[in-house]
Amino acid sequence: MRLLFLFLLLLVPAKGRAQDAFGAALPGLAGGFAQQVEAAERLGALGDPRAVPILRALYDGRLLRGADGALLIRDGERATVAVTGAAADAAEAEQVRINNRVRAVLRGVLGRLSLVSSDPAERLAAAEAVFRSRTAENIPLLEAALARENSARIRERLELALGASRLAAGDDAERRAGIVALSASASTEARSVLLEARAAVPALSSEIDAAVAAIDRRLAVRRAAETFFQGLSLGSVLLLAALGLAVTFGVMGVINMAHGEFVMLGAYTTFVMQEALRGIPALAPWSLPLSVPAAFLVAAACGAAMERGLIRHLYGRPLETLLLTFGVGMMIQQAVRLVFGAQNREVSSPPWMQGTLELAFGVTVTQNRLWILVFSLVVLGLTVAAIRLTRFGLEMRAVTQNRRIAAAMGIRTGRVDAFTFAFGSGIAGIAGVALSQIDNVSPNLGTGYIIDSFMVVVFGGVGSLAGTLVGAMSLGVINKVLEPYAGVVLAKVFVLVAIMLFIQRRPRGLFALKGRAAEQ
Amino acid sequence: MTKTLITRRSVIAGAGAVLAAPSIRPSMAQGAPIKVGVLHSLSGTMAISETALRDTVLMMVEWINGRGGLLGRRVEAVVVDPASNWPLFAEKARELLQVHKVDVTFGCWTSVSRKSVLPVFEELNGMLFYPVQYEGEEQSRNIFYTGAAPNQQAIPAVEYLMSADGGEAKRIALLGTDYVYPRTTNRILRAFLISKGIPEADIMEEYTPFGHSDWQGIVARVKRFAGEGKKTAIVSTINGDANVPFYRELGNQGIKAEDIPSVAFSVGEEELAGIDTRPLVGHLAAWNYFMSVQSPANTEFKNLWQAYIKNPRRVTNDPMEATLVGFKMWAQAVAKAGSTAVDPVREAMYGQKVDAPCGYTLEMHRNHHLSKPVMIGEVQADGQFNIVWKTPGPIVAENWSPFIPENASRRRG
Repeated sequence: MRLLFLFLLLLVPAKGRAQDAFGAALPGLAGGFAQQVEAAERLGALGDPRAVPILRALYDGRLLRGADGALLIRDGERATVAVTGAAADAAEAEQVRINNRVRAVLRGVLGRLSLVSSDPAERLAAAEAVFRSRTAENIPLLEAALARENSARIRERLELALGASRLAAGDDAERRAGIVALSASASTEARSVLLEARAAVPALSSEIDAAVAAIDRRLAVRRAAETFFQGLSLGSVLLLAALGLAVTFGVMGVINMAHGEFVMLGAYTTFVMQEALRGIPALAPWSLPLSVPAAFLVAAACGAAMERGLIRHLYGRPLETLLLTFGVGMMIQQAVRLVFGAQNREVSSPPWMQGTLELAFGVTVTQNRLWILVFSLVVLGLTVAAIRLTRFGLEMRAVTQNRRIAAAMGIRTGRVDAFTFAFGSGIAGIAGVALSQIDNVSPNLGTGYIIDSFMVVVFGGVGSLAGTLVGAMSLGVINKVLEPYAGVVLAKVFVLVAIMLFIQRRPRGLFALKGRAAEQ
Repeated sequence: MTKTLITRRSVIAGAGAVLAAPSIRPSMAQGAPIKVGVLHSLSGTMAISETALRDTVLMMVEWINGRGGLLGRRVEAVVVDPASNWPLFAEKARELLQVHKVDVTFGCWTSVSRKSVLPVFEELNGMLFYPVQYEGEEQSRNIFYTGAAPNQQAIPAVEYLMSADGGEAKRIALLGTDYVYPRTTNRILRAFLISKGIPEADIMEEYTPFGHSDWQGIVARVKRFAGEGKKTAIVSTINGDANVPFYRELGNQGIKAEDIPSVAFSVGEEELAGIDTRPLVGHLAAWNYFMSVQSPANTEFKNLWQAYIKNPRRVTNDPMEATLVGFKMWAQAVAKAGSTAVDPVREAMYGQKVDAPCGYTLEMHRNHHLSKPVMIGEVQADGQFNIVWKTPGPIVAENWSPFIPENASRRRG
């Protein structure tokens, strides 16, 4: 980029007139919002690629106005003079401010100027930007770009952009071609462009209606897929939150009201890991994966301490256990508030957890939700493996099925209880790592999940991990399917009522198992 | 007694701040101290917003004691924690007035908490300073409202969205938390939009519970709502920490401010402190003060706050400014009345003026509301707001909105 820039500087004397127009347009970029719009449009009309870094800096908030009025570009700690590229002192300079109107114009101009870029990612972004700006001067540029483009993906976007510009600014024949191009897509933006044109050109309304109907058919399928994914995503969050409870409540029969607080401790462990690893550049990007074992250990240690210190004295007395764990939960909350403060803590997301991912047929899913869905299934798989395949799991199942016989066989039931409770609490801690990515890391993070967790475990069938999985996923999907019709608040009420009715019919939930809790 | 008086419940939550307050003992403390109640949630979903207001009142108490107190007497803060629990607000208000016998109270954020304490303050003839923008439709002789009424925030903000600079929005999505402030504000906004020729079909309204975190469905529906060929904007009355996952979802689903701008009425510098604001650049907030305002009073405010909180990076925000303005006005009114009794101080409050950090001189009117300037700010990458629009000067509050038909008789009266 910089080499190209210098090369262009050498050409300056040859294009003196362009230089004048270019130089004359520049100061407007630092003026009022209306002047900025005008200057950006003039620079766009000149088609001078030297404008690209300057306009991009303005769009990103990196363009500065120096004390002497010169435009500077900030690049990290350094600053350069916008026209010459010479190093400059940015101490006295202040940032040039823009608003959304300027931002939209800049995006369009930048898109037009970078349609000829050599970088495919930039061309793709440019096609998107031009699609949104829709002016008559786009048409020849897009036609030229299409003639040159080889990548099918970029061609598709360019055609859409061309269709949109033709529809917005062409004659009737061009408009018809635009409608045909847009009707092949499955995007809400294309639909919006068509409807906008429908209001402007009533003569074409029947063609536009047909195109919108075609898009709607495709969108309906896409929306159903996206709603289903959102349901699974909500389900995966419920699954993570409930999985630990499925062990402590489902297998051991302990009503642990402090379960949510273990989730919260896991989230705070993620925060502490992030802060601790900040100073070590090699490990900093891995703080989130490294938090998983750390959160497991922290929550498991707290769980073991709580079981050995308090809960084991209260086995068989569910009411006292409930009150005791509720009290301990409040103490953990207040302790965290004292140590970390009442304010929420920021756990940043790694780049691979941000933005959206486009699957087949234009179905888009957000990356963080997708990873959490995968993560929840992995945690479920490991939990099942631990219970089915390890000696600890065997002893745990033996104690669950018949404590006295297990004891008679030489199993130290007290130790198994402690390990089981620690294991369940540790899973809650792992859930906290995932929740730190989508919810607020605050001392009362856990209280929001405790009711939902019990709901999932009871609905799925106490003591059954398969029930927890099916319960969580079906509650998630039902919730998301109802949400558009009933609103968030009522959808949740409906789900609760449905569960109450279901529990009336099947008190043991979806998958009834034999266990200490189920026998009572 | 020179130590700050605290209740048992708030010992844990308040301990940090109380210990931080240096015990200045100038030679004044003649007579019993003047007691200032602080009724802000220090735990629960509203703690994200209200903790800073508690600290602001404590800072102002220290400030006034450093200047020799009031009427030659020391001022003492009594901090209680109503824990984001609305009925507990009423109990704590009663405790402040009857047990601690406070002379004035600064408190509440959500309207539901204000509605909960209002009967207590009226019954016991207390005085409450309420520092947050709200939905209007209220005027108690026992409350002074130092935040904005709808015509000082919500309506100018929506007008801006519909203007050329704001993007000429033609379709509006009203998103809010499910309680009295968002519902009333949206009722007023709906009537306002219809009076501007926007059809019912172009208005979307959705509510979520406090602390809501799963925004994927709602944000996807807003995107769909925007696909009708008209420029769309979001008006957010989402309160508390639910804003963080909301903005994160906007960023993740790639909603840029150039395409679908959003304007928030309850998101300030303090709320943004917990999020990465880079994907949010260009989204808007409407307030009567931003930390980025350039004025001598604001520089003084920021220095006072950062010195008090011992953190040069802590931010200030609009409700903190409203708390400061209310406190200064109350102190001036007490000095004028020569007493802390509620009735003479109330009389003395009318017409009080304060040179406020927002850069204007604000006046308390007989309708118990301030005249305030309206500002629209854009979120910047550093979590601050860049002011892109503001009214030429302070405007008088219309706490009885002309867009609610039942108010016709009240407005005449």
